[in-house]
Amino acid sequence: MLRIENLRKAFGGVNAMNGVSLDFAQGSLTAIIGPNGAGKTTFFNLITGAFRPDAGTIMLGDENIAGMSPPEIVRRGMGRAFQIASIYPTLTVRESILGAVNAHRGWHARLGRRFPLAGAKAQADEVMELVRLTSRADTVSGYLSHGDQKLLDIALALALEPRVLLLDEPTAGMGPEERWQMIETVHALWERKHMTLIFIEHDMDIVFKYAQTVRVLSYGTVLAQGTPDEVRRHPKVIEAYLGTHFEEKEQA
Amino acid sequence: MMRTSSITRDALVAAGALLILAVLPLAFPGKAFSDFVIRMSAFAVFATSLNLLVGYGGMVSFGHGLFYGLGAYSFALLMQKAGTSIPMAFLLTVLISAGVATVVGAICIRLKEIYFSFLTLAFQMLLYSLIIAWTPVTGGDQGLTGGVPRPEFLGIRLDDPHHLYLFCCAVLIASLFIMYHFVQSPFGYTLRMIRDNPRRAGFLGIQVWRVRLLAFVVAGIFGSIGGLLMSLFVSSAYPDFAYWTISGEGVFMILMGGIGVFLGPLAGAVVLLLLADIVTGLTEYFGLVLGIVILFFALGMRKGLLGFLFDFWKNRRAPAGNAIPGKH
Repeated sequence: MLRIENLRKAFGGVNAMNGVSLDFAQGSLTAIIGPNGAGKTTFFNLITGAFRPDAGTIMLGDENIAGMSPPEIVRRGMGRAFQIASIYPTLTVRESILGAVNAHRGWHARLGRRFPLAGAKAQADEVMELVRLTSRADTVSGYLSHGDQKLLDIALALALEPRVLLLDEPTAGMGPEERWQMIETVHALWERKHMTLIFIEHDMDIVFKYAQTVRVLSYGTVLAQGTPDEVRRHPKVIEAYLGTHFEEKEQA
Repeated sequence: MMRTSSITRDALVAAGALLILAVLPLAFPGKAFSDFVIRMSAFAVFATSLNLLVGYGGMVSFGHGLFYGLGAYSFALLMQKAGTSIPMAFLLTVLISAGVATVVGAICIRLKEIYFSFLTLAFQMLLYSLIIAWTPVTGGDQGLTGGVPRPEFLGIRLDDPHHLYLFCCAVLIASLFIMYHFVQSPFGYTLRMIRDNPRRAGFLGIQVWRVRLLAFVVAGIFGSIGGLLMSLFVSSAYPDFAYWTISGEGVFMILMGGIGVFLGPLAGAVVLLLLADIVTGLTEYFGLVLGIVILFFALGMRKGLLGFLFDFWKNRRAPAGNAIPGKH
């Protein structure tokens, strides 16, 4: 579904992405982990078109999307939510999602008809239900709680019916209970929509419980990859990221 | 069914507003009233078109007066030099403005915030300089002399003050109706999304520059219609119509009336023109009084007159603690 080969990106003299090659199978659920500055968000920025890669190929299906703009990549089936919720603070939840549905269906530039279009309502309602925001439908997005703003960010991406969904730290800034609720919502979405889901996460309990496969980045390279069990026992991962206390905790 | 009923309802409201404007001179028969409404119509169309950019698109143009001046001069010159009919001059003015807005917009809309603002201002001052320098055609700093011919069309005689009054009211209502449907369309909501978060809009598959450019062109067209109405009223066109202060007045009208309310700029036009008419009759220090009034709105009533009234009305209706400001 998504195959990245030899992806490179430098900012001045800093190699942020140094020849990364990764495969993501259709319908897989993958976590990307690594220390701060490992290049996780840069990796997302490169494959969604926010940054143009210096070298490498990004095959989405049969097409190389490297160097395309974000709108071009989105139209090919890639959706994304951000580490800091990226929403429309003056629009209501319903208006925001309807706007995303319009964008997905190519109706966003229509004139001469009133918003919302009847054909978009059912999908918007479904998306709101999926992320459990139906009760907040008429709330102005800027007034939502942090967790609900993160859910709305995911909902905007879901409205695009993506083949590949990228979530950049979906549980960032949440309390323990809220984190588990969020990841359970994400997991339920993945099961229901059968999409390829890739998420960046720092909470190892979440990663090892929910991810099918884990990819570890460090200094712009792939340090390790495999199943959660393989990764948590990988000496380099323990040394560079997890730490020995994690290993001891696991053994205990 | 829903769509048809809402458009029909809006059309009925527009027709009702036009009817009220049409009969108002019966209550206020003096020329001062009809002149006020004509000037207000010109400025209300202009300021509302500017608010498409500022309020709905997040594009703060300091040079929207470019289109006001362009509309006034295009229409006046077409009538005076080319001898076209009024409908044809109207149509050609719209086309000229759309063409200029496409070129200027294509250059400006990719710039962010203050750079966009100042580049639009630079284009406006370019037109102003052209008007001043091209004396044989534009009349230079004296403006167009000789008047603008207003031949009869479809039984409408715009040299008759009452016909001119009704025509300007009709153009005002039609322009507001079209612009209202523009901002209430899916396109209008896409524009709001781009205003709030252009980066996110790009990640939803929206080509942000295309949406901004179309909004810029539509705003330019209606900005020029404002200038056209003013040139019909004064039967001429003057360099001041293209001077930067026109853009400033448009911004003041939006600020006073309410940036977040569709009819805010119209209310602002009424307030600013009333203020100008009353204060200039009392003192020569109009600028000082205007400055104090603008300070009052900027510091104490940031949502403008209509925004304040909407919030007041909503807070009275909503149960205590449930009112959410900022959504009209």
